[in-house]
Amino acid sequence: MSRFPTLDRREFLRVSALAGGGLLLGAWLDFGTNGMLEAAEAPLTDGEFSPNAFIRIAPSGSITIMAKNPEIGQGIKTMLPMLIAEELDVDWSAITIEQAMSEPAKYGSQVAGGSTATPTNWEPLRKAGAAGRQMLVAAAAQAWNVPAAECTTASGVVTHKASNRQMTYGALATAAAAMPAPDMATVTLKDPKNFRIIGKPMTGVDNHKVVTGQPLFGIDVVVPNMVYGTFEKCPVFAGKAVSANLDEIKALPGVKNAFIVDGGTVLNGLLSGVAILADTWWAAKSARTKLKVTWEEGATAQQSSAAFKAKAIELFTQAPARALRADGDVNGAFAAATKTVEATYEYPFLAHATLEPQNCTASFTNDAIEIWAPTQNPQSGRVLVSKTLGIAEKDVAIHITRSGGGFGRRLNNDYMVEAAMIAKLAGVPVKLLWTREDDIRHDFYRPAGFHKLKGAVDASGKLTAWQNHFVTFSNNGTDFVPSAGMDGTEFPSLAVANRNVSVSTMPLGVPTGYLRAPGSNALAFVNESFIDELAHAARKDPLQFRLELLAQLPTETPRGAMVPSRMKGVLEQVAQKSGWGTRKLPKGSGMGIAAYFSHRGYFAEVVEVNVSRAGALTVKKVWAVGDVGSQIINPSGAMNQVEGSVIDGIGEALAQEITIEAGRAKQSNFNDFPLIRLKQVPVIDVSFRITEYPPTGMGEPALPPVVPALCNAIFAATGKRIRSLPLTKHNLSWA
Amino acid sequence: MPVTFTVNGTSRTVDVPADMPLLWVLRDVLDLKGTKFGCGIAQCGACTVHLNGAPTRSCQLPASAVQGARVTTIEGLSPDGSHPLQKAWEELDVPQCGYCQAGQLMSAAALLATTPKPTDAQIDAAMNGNLCRCATYTRIRDGIKKAAGTPRAGSQVGGN
Repeated sequence: MSRFPTLDRREFLRVSALAGGGLLLGAWLDFGTNGMLEAAEAPLTDGEFSPNAFIRIAPSGSITIMAKNPEIGQGIKTMLPMLIAEELDVDWSAITIEQAMSEPAKYGSQVAGGSTATPTNWEPLRKAGAAGRQMLVAAAAQAWNVPAAECTTASGVVTHKASNRQMTYGALATAAAAMPAPDMATVTLKDPKNFRIIGKPMTGVDNHKVVTGQPLFGIDVVVPNMVYGTFEKCPVFAGKAVSANLDEIKALPGVKNAFIVDGGTVLNGLLSGVAILADTWWAAKSARTKLKVTWEEGATAQQSSAAFKAKAIELFTQAPARALRADGDVNGAFAAATKTVEATYEYPFLAHATLEPQNCTASFTNDAIEIWAPTQNPQSGRVLVSKTLGIAEKDVAIHITRSGGGFGRRLNNDYMVEAAMIAKLAGVPVKLLWTREDDIRHDFYRPAGFHKLKGAVDASGKLTAWQNHFVTFSNNGTDFVPSAGMDGTEFPSLAVANRNVSVSTMPLGVPTGYLRAPGSNALAFVNESFIDELAHAARKDPLQFRLELLAQLPTETPRGAMVPSRMKGVLEQVAQKSGWGTRKLPKGSGMGIAAYFSHRGYFAEVVEVNVSRAGALTVKKVWAVGDVGSQIINPSGAMNQVEGSVIDGIGEALAQEITIEAGRAKQSNFNDFPLIRLKQVPVIDVSFRITEYPPTGMGEPALPPVVPALCNAIFAATGKRIRSLPLTKHNLSWA
Repeated sequence: MPVTFTVNGTSRTVDVPADMPLLWVLRDVLDLKGTKFGCGIAQCGACTVHLNGAPTRSCQLPASAVQGARVTTIEGLSPDGSHPLQKAWEELDVPQCGYCQAGQLMSAAALLATTPKPTDAQIDAAMNGNLCRCATYTRIRDGIKKAAGTPRAGSQVGGN
């Protein structure tokens, strides 16, 4: 009940949107989230205060903060609400955090990708909290008839010290709802030295549910009257189901329906296949073992990893198709060089292998659909479902469930559109769940790539030329397939007077996509390994060689480009931490160093390995130093991301490879696509270098340097240079 | 076929195909969603439960094999999440995505039940069947040691 005669709820919301809307819009347009600060549209209980879509305060005192982005294990459901709670000035233990649905008009961008959540939300979400606090203070000041400037807040209470009066946020909620929304441009934020939540290690808000096995994930969703589905697609990507023994399948125990789904040729859209629906998933999967499908495999059934490699070798003998960058006189520099080094590097396709297989639950009624999905990009899923099913975007409601891992896999919503179409065709709610084999065979793989490099050093050991002929994939000769490109500005090319980065391409019928630190996860291996080769050719310490290269870069850099001093800082700190150059290791042991700038973050890493005479590799220790700006928002989550990225990169390098044969992925499960296991994990020493730059994301930038640092360590230990991955393909034995 | 067994201390009878793995009996028949599906071939450990006290991959265990057995799932590891491992997992912020953690906890609990103070090698051996795609392994090891009351490496966020 309202204690004050204020505008009623709806009136307030409308007036609020009108009064504050214009100014708010201006303040938020930079982030592409113009609707972000609109008041929540309800359902609000009478007397509640909701200054914007992220905060709800009830007269009872309960405070709810919305977590807008998908939680995929990166800790965002904990971290983003910390920003709001800090500036709202409430106790972390006193709030309830709710996962938002996909409503971009209300919450702005809701994507888990590109390590973007920190840089894009750092200021807006703090301002959302501060605006709420300001309205609560205004309400208290009005009630007490004192200047707002004399009021302070702490732990969800407004205090007027001079008159010794206090009111809780709950008691002020109704009055605050009548206050004008503040001009976001003038909302003031705390001095970081007064932070009480930001910078404190906060444990994951759903940890208790996780450790007690409560339903949280997409795979745990149950809706009334749903059936369970499995979907078999052609093993050759975008192949078509021509016919299948549907009558036989429909007669099997538990099976409710079976039908062919027509699909297109766009690899991240709806593809053709056979759906089997049953009263349990086990019944559907069991029936699938009896399924016989006639496929029209299509034109890409002849593609293979071996043929891609053969073609790359052939292209290396020819002039590159086009130049990405060409500076100075590379050939002149090679002719004048004291020493030149040539090497060919390659890396394989990789799967994401999220531990929760792809799944989605969908309920279609009357040209509208309700979806529950573990997705990293719900809005792109909405667009895909809308277009494919021929319904309006507004009629696609998407619940964002927790994802059992993402790593970029769930930026594509293929499984969502499958569930949506199957539910529409079946006329009942459907829970589609992929098998692990479906997941490994129908991923959007990190693309393979091939690099023919040549570098030159002069008599003083200075790098004088850098040439890279990159062979990658394109279906029109111009646009790289997803995640298969480079632009030629990658370090160290800008630090070399004579550089030539060029590209040739071949067509690809294999879906590719964004694997944690896309692009960088492969290019770091190539560039940072070849820098190590050149350092040795120059008879220089690899750290010193890098620092000298960094000194060649201009100190003034364009916005978004690598800042040399930050890279220098993390390199020097990791050298100090690891005792680089000060430790004498016996043959068979070695340390490697690498550094990489990606996703706005700077990471330098040192890996120490031991390789037995017989060739058994042990990764003993990794030192990682990161510079992600002025503030580590949640140190516990940040540590988790760095350790996870480092181990993830080692796991990829050790043994992972997707091989294409006859147009299809050869691997299918963890027996042939092995993930790293506990006993392979090294000791990891993580530290951060705090700099004055705005905070940036943690999900990706720690991964790229670990792969070359590991390979460089193997060289230091054995003298064997690793120019292709995975490491299982190499005999590391030494005498 | 009807199968009667004890789940988390309660006797249950289900009528399911004999070859239906215990994993799907738990998840889709008994609505116990804590036990997870990861691979279906006993390679990842996400489906680990205790069968008569022993850690077992429920994705490879047919319903016909659990007749009369005593099964404990993550939901029954403790009445209220107070098992020392569950507390350690929360305090050390072990989970990232969390999907594998039920299986990790069940394997770890079985280890501590027989080996209250495990060595690193014993932890390696007991936990090697449980994959964590987010690679929370450092904290998993720490969590087991914290619950066991043995010294752990610990990890700290450094600054300048």
